Amino acid sequence: MSPEIFISQIFNGLSLSSILLLVGLGLSITFGIMGVINFAHGEFLMIGAYSAFITQSFFIKYLSADLLGFYFFVALPVSFIIAAFIGFILEKFLIRFLYGRTYETILATWGVSLILQQLARNIFGANNVDVSSPTWLRGGITISEGLQLPYNRLFILAISTICIIGMYCFFYRTAKGRVIRAVMQNRTMSACLGVPTSKVDAFTFALGSGLAGIAGCVVSLLGSIGPSTGQNYIIDAFMVVVLGGVGKIVGTIAGALAIGISSSLFEFITTSSMGKVIVFSLIIVFLQWKPQGMFTLKTRKLD
Amino acid sequence: MKKKILSLMFLVVFAVSFVSIQSGFAKDKEPIKVGILHSLSGTMSISEVSVKDGELLAIEEINANGGVLGRKIVPVIEDGASDWPTFAEKAKKLILKDKVDVVFGCWTSASRKAVLPVFEKYDHLLFYPVQYEGLEASKNIIYTGATANQQIMPGVEWLLKNGYKKMYLLGSDYVFPRTANLIVKAQLKAEGGILVGEEYTPLGHTEYSTIINKIKAAKPDVVFSSLNGDSNVAFFKQLRAAGITAEQIPTMSVSIAEDEIRGIGAENLIGHFAVWNYFMSMDTPNNKPFVKRYKKRFGQDRVTDDPIEANYFGVYLWAKAVEQAGTTELDAVRESLKGLTFDAPEGLVMIDPTNNHTWKVVQVGKVNAEGQFDILYTSDKWVKPDPYPPLVSNKVVIEPGKVVEIKK
Amino acid sequence: MKKEKLIITIFLLLLVAPIFLSEFRLNLLGKYVSFGIAALAIDLLWGYTGILSLGHAVFFGLGGYCMGAYIKLQTETLPDFMMWCGMTELPWFWKPFQYFWFALPMAIILPIFISLLIGIPTFRVGIKGVYFTILTQALALIFVTFFIGQQLYTGGTNGITNLQSILGFSLSDTKVMQVIYLITVVILIISFLFCRFLVKSNLGRTLIAIRDSENRLKFLGYNPMTYKLFVFAVSAGLAGLAGALFVPQVGIISPSLMGILPSVEMAIWVAVGGRGNLKGAIIGAIVVNFAKSFFSETFPEIWLYFFGLLFVLVVLLFPKGIMGIINNMVNKLKIIKKNRIIHAKADC
Repeated sequence: MSPEIFISQIFNGLSLSSILLLVGLGLSITFGIMGVINFAHGEFLMIGAYSAFITQSFFIKYLSADLLGFYFFVALPVSFIIAAFIGFILEKFLIRFLYGRTYETILATWGVSLILQQLARNIFGANNVDVSSPTWLRGGITISEGLQLPYNRLFILAISTICIIGMYCFFYRTAKGRVIRAVMQNRTMSACLGVPTSKVDAFTFALGSGLAGIAGCVVSLLGSIGPSTGQNYIIDAFMVVVLGGVGKIVGTIAGALAIGISSSLFEFITTSSMGKVIVFSLIIVFLQWKPQGMFTLKTRKLD
Repeated sequence: MKKKILSLMFLVVFAVSFVSIQSGFAKDKEPIKVGILHSLSGTMSISEVSVKDGELLAIEEINANGGVLGRKIVPVIEDGASDWPTFAEKAKKLILKDKVDVVFGCWTSASRKAVLPVFEKYDHLLFYPVQYEGLEASKNIIYTGATANQQIMPGVEWLLKNGYKKMYLLGSDYVFPRTANLIVKAQLKAEGGILVGEEYTPLGHTEYSTIINKIKAAKPDVVFSSLNGDSNVAFFKQLRAAGITAEQIPTMSVSIAEDEIRGIGAENLIGHFAVWNYFMSMDTPNNKPFVKRYKKRFGQDRVTDDPIEANYFGVYLWAKAVEQAGTTELDAVRESLKGLTFDAPEGLVMIDPTNNHTWKVVQVGKVNAEGQFDILYTSDKWVKPDPYPPLVSNKVVIEPGKVVEIKK
Repeated sequence: MKKEKLIITIFLLLLVAPIFLSEFRLNLLGKYVSFGIAALAIDLLWGYTGILSLGHAVFFGLGGYCMGAYIKLQTETLPDFMMWCGMTELPWFWKPFQYFWFALPMAIILPIFISLLIGIPTFRVGIKGVYFTILTQALALIFVTFFIGQQLYTGGTNGITNLQSILGFSLSDTKVMQVIYLITVVILIISFLFCRFLVKSNLGRTLIAIRDSENRLKFLGYNPMTYKLFVFAVSAGLAGLAGALFVPQVGIISPSLMGILPSVEMAIWVAVGGRGNLKGAIIGAIVVNFAKSFFSETFPEIWLYFFGLLFVLVVLLFPKGIMGIINNMVNKLKIIKKNRIIHAKADC
């Protein structure tokens, strides 16, 4: 591995990490706060990606061509809002009834994921659709001969950094964030102190879904969008959560970085399927050593 | 007494013949059921849904012209769900429960390999519309797509002839790309090419930055790609984002047709090559009206491509064979399919009487800005299908379903 | 005895099914019956011990691959997929699979071995609950990716297809298929009795105790790890057996049968049938798969809606599954009967 390739692989790993991070954050929060394993989380990513597609189509149809370059800045909030809204609906009509029944949430949300995928297939067709990257995201910074950092991956990195900083500030610097953390640590006690836990739940669930929506929006820059797009990321995202530890932002960041970078390095040394096998085997071995993941939420509970 | 028995016998004979005439009569008017078996869900639905439309168009056209043997064709559609065991189950269902007279279906070699034992067990008939790797010649399958020597090998030959000597092989990880690349490697060895890398990714893989780095490090003249399904989109988008253009390292694809270009985005593909037997941009007398009808039926934004066309004329070939045989009975249909020709949108095609594959022309195209192919090369005449190319195999087909080894 | 009426009827129906079902339907039913065995395995682990594995299809698939390898080697000295890849000789670890006496036990032993390999360290460090579930998912993903990547040795995504004869009998013979079907049903009955014996024994009560409160059990001086390991291994072996029975009926084994999706589906069968109820597991497996075949045949374009909705509704409205519904009805009937008797008495 020449140094250029090595740097470039690290960079690729970072960009993969940043996507996994956006998806994993939502999973980590919803699992941490309400013990819900949301199998349909990947489908929020898919919804976000399709939202980007719709925004783009809208720009092409109704607005002048020179505005097209900016559609992505509209697509980002649109993806967030649509995914968050659908997440909110899902929470209100299904998840709410399943709190504390973790295993059941796996099955029910799996059913939801089937339905959402089929819906996408019926609305947008089974064929994948394509979001063309804005022109200013084409090309990249050439650092040296053989080392080019594509703008779109830099952009993705930036977006997810902004999201993480935003989430951090929200969780640790605002009253609402404090309330969420309180519920996460001790639901009963917070309820006793007057925290409207069901509202907090709905809000957090929507927030997590929205983040997955943003992830979907940026993923559309890398590949095509299809009904099964979400499935490509969901298991990796679960691994991020388990590896990093539930309910801590820093854990999710660490998990995403570890998986993203090691994936891209192992994939380079071996093949793409063996790379994956090695990374996942390492995760299992690591969990034998630290069953709760890298960072854990300290509680006084027995389990 | 004798008279009574006689009259009774007469009555029985009359009744039996009446019933049989009745049922025979009824059967004449009964519609003919044909099975359609594709992935309508899952990762392969990106390609297979359009192919299904090609079949439906042909069936509708035939029905509008009075059907086959005066009977209407009724399609029975099943979803293989991109899952090979499901394909096998649904094939069984079509044959045993629906009692269809023929099945049109499958895309990946994996699904074909899964249904093959079913068709052989019940001695039934499948029309398989997609180019594939060869090394197979069942008497229960009619292959209307290209086999290795009608797509992969001429494609490589064309590349070598045009100065692309150093090749990087990239494919999805299943039987078609693996076997195809086996052939390509043998060809490179025999014809003076150089192999600089080989890589497979699982079906549905979408993260190609690492592979692109590997390609960069290997510095090939051309990437020979047998990626399938939605992986293609990710690969070409990321290739472009990494700053590699078709002028620097072009790609020769064997699974990207017009329908896939629509999904990948033409701007990501400009200048890359593909080798097929049919292109939508072909200027043949039958093609323009075919494209027009297809668009009219399924929408102006839709495109036709090689597998759609192969499935479309497959239905027609079958219908023609049934007309010729005068029955839907399988042995008779198979017999009349031997050497049968049809004037398809790609030109005249013929079913080879010994190996059930199709004689067709080979063409190399280059993607243009409209998402269509500029045709760079067309073989002078149609190419005889040879599912067991001597380069990698010591077998020959002597009659449908019968393959023998030859000593070298 | 009264309680057993339902399951006895089901078993009898399964045994006489060859008389009135067409070849195609019988074949499907045979598949469902082998799934029933896998459902028993899940129920033992999840319903009774409270450990949800979403990687059980791995064990099912391993069993299937063992049997598939055996059947493949009956008609081909070198499997076709190895030939496509340019292999000329059978790899050493494939060789013993040409013997039935090796392949069938391996279909059970190999899954048990893997389950111990995963189970010992995992249970020892106290990974449990959802963490274990996600871990087993990773296991499923590892196995699928690995099997797809090693096309040379496993047949890749295709898996092992074109399976033709077992113990010298042709798999395309209807009679042979009927016998295989009946063997599967008998093994289902034996597995059911075996599982019932397990859960009714002291061990079974300990398992339920682990499910209900593992910590309390620990404080009582038990070591849950041994029990968990045992039930995990038994469950894996059963799943392997189910896989081995599945293959001759379906005639194909591929990585898609050992991934996360089929694993989740297995859990769904048990959830629909009713957790912690062995009868429920069998009923669930048959009902869900029947529904799947029915919906996908009748509405090929939109069947996933029904299928998805089925899971949501079962979890939401019938958390105890079909058995819960049946038990409810039985109880209501009893109450009505009782009331009648009381009324009748009062009238006197």
